[in-house]
Amino acid sequence: MAKKKTKIRLYTLSTCSHCLRTKKFFKEIGIDAEVTDVDLLTGDEREKIMNEVRKLNPDCTFPTICIDDKVVVGFNEERIRKALGE
Amino acid sequence: MTAEQLHPLLSGYAESQGIRLNKDREFVMDILRGLLTNEQRYGYRSCPCRLAWGTKERDADIICPCVYRDPDIKEYGSCYCELYVSVEWNEGKREHRQVPERRPKEKRKM
Repeated sequence: MAKKKTKIRLYTLSTCSHCLRTKKFFKEIGIDAEVTDVDLLTGDEREKIMNEVRKLNPDCTFPTICIDDKVVVGFNEERIRKALGE
Repeated sequence: MTAEQLHPLLSGYAESQGIRLNKDREFVMDILRGLLTNEQRYGYRSCPCRLAWGTKERDADIICPCVYRDPDIKEYGSCYCELYVSVEWNEGKREHRQVPERRPKEKRKM
């Protein structure tokens, strides 16, 4: 039975270098991630996304990394790999 | 101004304060590009790793160098972004740890 595809969701800032490292990391290990640069959003769209971030990461810091139902805050490779089940 | 032009200016400034820029040049260039992008957007160098309000008064504490830089360097050896670091941090004599957000929640753009 095919292994269920891991769903990765990244909430980032386009200007943040830790966020950039996070995006690069997932690209390098070949895992697709849905990325949202929150600073590039405005109005209702941004508010909607910020509501999601607040629920996942009450501190509202970036990057906020969702790996299926697990949340990793900040680019911490060890924690990310653990959440990926490596 | 470009990130390449800004780097020596901030490097000299950091040294004059007894600290350094992160020795990972590529990483620092990303941060500097972020700073310059925010300067174009808002008219001031709002911290690239924090979501800005977009008004100078509300972002005054996170205009780089932010007011949290020195206490963060004292406690962790680097600022929140890892742009400014201590000499020991650059020399690997201090563990590189993720710096938690020191900015009070009520000030954050949430």
